[in-house]
Amino acid sequence: MVWEWFRWLAETKGINLTIFYDDWDRGRFFAGVWTTIHLSTICIILSILIGILGAWLQKSRFRIVRGLVQAYIQFFRNTPPLVQIYFFYFAVDALLSDYMGISGGILGSYGWAVISLSFFAGAFNAEIFRAGIEAVPESTIESAESLGYTNAQIYRYVTLPLAFRVCLPALNGNLINLVKSTTIAYAIAVPETLYVSNQIWSDELNVTEMMYVMWLTYLLLVGALVWVMHRWEKSIRVPGFGRR
Amino acid sequence: MSAAKWTTDMPIVSLRDVHKAYGAYEVLKGISMDVMMGEVICIIGPSGSGKSTLIRCINALNDIQSGSIKVEGQEVNDPKLDKLALRKKVGMVFQQYNLFPHKTALQNVMMAPIKVLKQPRDEVEKRARMLLKKVRLEGKENAYPGELSGGQQQRVAIARSLAMNPQVMLFDEVTAALDPETVKEVLTTIKDLAADGMTCILVTHEMAFAREVANTIYFTDRGIIVEHGPPDTFFANARDPRTREFLSQIL
Repeated sequence: MVWEWFRWLAETKGINLTIFYDDWDRGRFFAGVWTTIHLSTICIILSILIGILGAWLQKSRFRIVRGLVQAYIQFFRNTPPLVQIYFFYFAVDALLSDYMGISGGILGSYGWAVISLSFFAGAFNAEIFRAGIEAVPESTIESAESLGYTNAQIYRYVTLPLAFRVCLPALNGNLINLVKSTTIAYAIAVPETLYVSNQIWSDELNVTEMMYVMWLTYLLLVGALVWVMHRWEKSIRVPGFGRR
Repeated sequence: MSAAKWTTDMPIVSLRDVHKAYGAYEVLKGISMDVMMGEVICIIGPSGSGKSTLIRCINALNDIQSGSIKVEGQEVNDPKLDKLALRKKVGMVFQQYNLFPHKTALQNVMMAPIKVLKQPRDEVEKRARMLLKKVRLEGKENAYPGELSGGQQQRVAIARSLAMNPQVMLFDEVTAALDPETVKEVLTTIKDLAADGMTCILVTHEMAFAREVANTIYFTDRGIIVEHGPPDTFFANARDPRTREFLSQIL
């Protein structure tokens, strides 16, 4: 078995990668990586939805709605994500469970990590989408108007497709940041990659090896996201638009 | 609405005492004008005289403060205006082409008839290819606007407008952003249209072109129509000193 080669590597060279030859460590490490993957995926989807909704509500006719969206964006952009995740996990959870009369908290650490990270990245996404929508020239919209398009049709067939192309590079950057930020779920004991790695290096005392393992793991995870996003960016690129 | 009463011997576009202001700044100070079916009207005048605003009011891209604009007898200055019905009748081409950059030339032409008029795709595609041929862009169907020259983009924009089968075409300084060499190809396209009997209202700085194709020239200055008349008399014997001064500067 290929795993046994790593046992030989540890015994003869002193490079102790227990995550390959030890069944228990391998199990918890890959469970951790899997947690990072689904935590990231859920947060990416939710943060994009929050971003689209936020960008739309920023254009609301009602001042109070615009004010609330602005407050949300400022709150989440201008506080550290670690503080946010603690705040949700300890303060908001306690407040809500008291209020609802539920003992032992209403959501687990995973649930609060999803909410906290999605709102964190969503605040940036809202600003990114807003900038994209504002970059669509008024004259292009007017020409659609003069062809008889309704406002909803203009939004769907003209504004959004163009806005999306404008903001995709910025969105990429934010989503990459989001995947990296899932490591702060460590702080509330979500068993993601960093958390399980810490357990492993505490038990096995292979700190150096685990640093390399984590470094490579995140490089691969983020690399995969970057690759997918670039493919996508390329597939919707049109000549003479966005890049000169 | 009185649309039913309109007959072809009445003006297809009729403006009466149109006033339009941006805030306190009055751009149009009582414009009246009648355009008959099949006529070609050129509006000329110095920058800021309200030419573009005037034609943008005809398809309700700009609203007006007072007065009346009728297209086929339908009042445009009406809060209950059916904008879709109006814009089906009135096509518009802009100075900056304003094509949809994420769609090919063919898709640009096909989109509105399919999405807005809900016409069947096959039929629309056939017509769109024919229109692109008509504006001499055969072979450019699959090019994106970014791959076309300004003149070519402008001709796609004309085809896109024609795909809606309008009764009236508005041209807002459509050659102003073009190279001198490409101006001609766009003007030729418009000339063909006029020869086919399309009612055209153009804002233009191309005096030679105006002289050649227009039935009537309107000269605007500071929000009013200073004078109008057939091109021969207009260019040879302008009565108003402001018209004469303008013509002496550009001719």
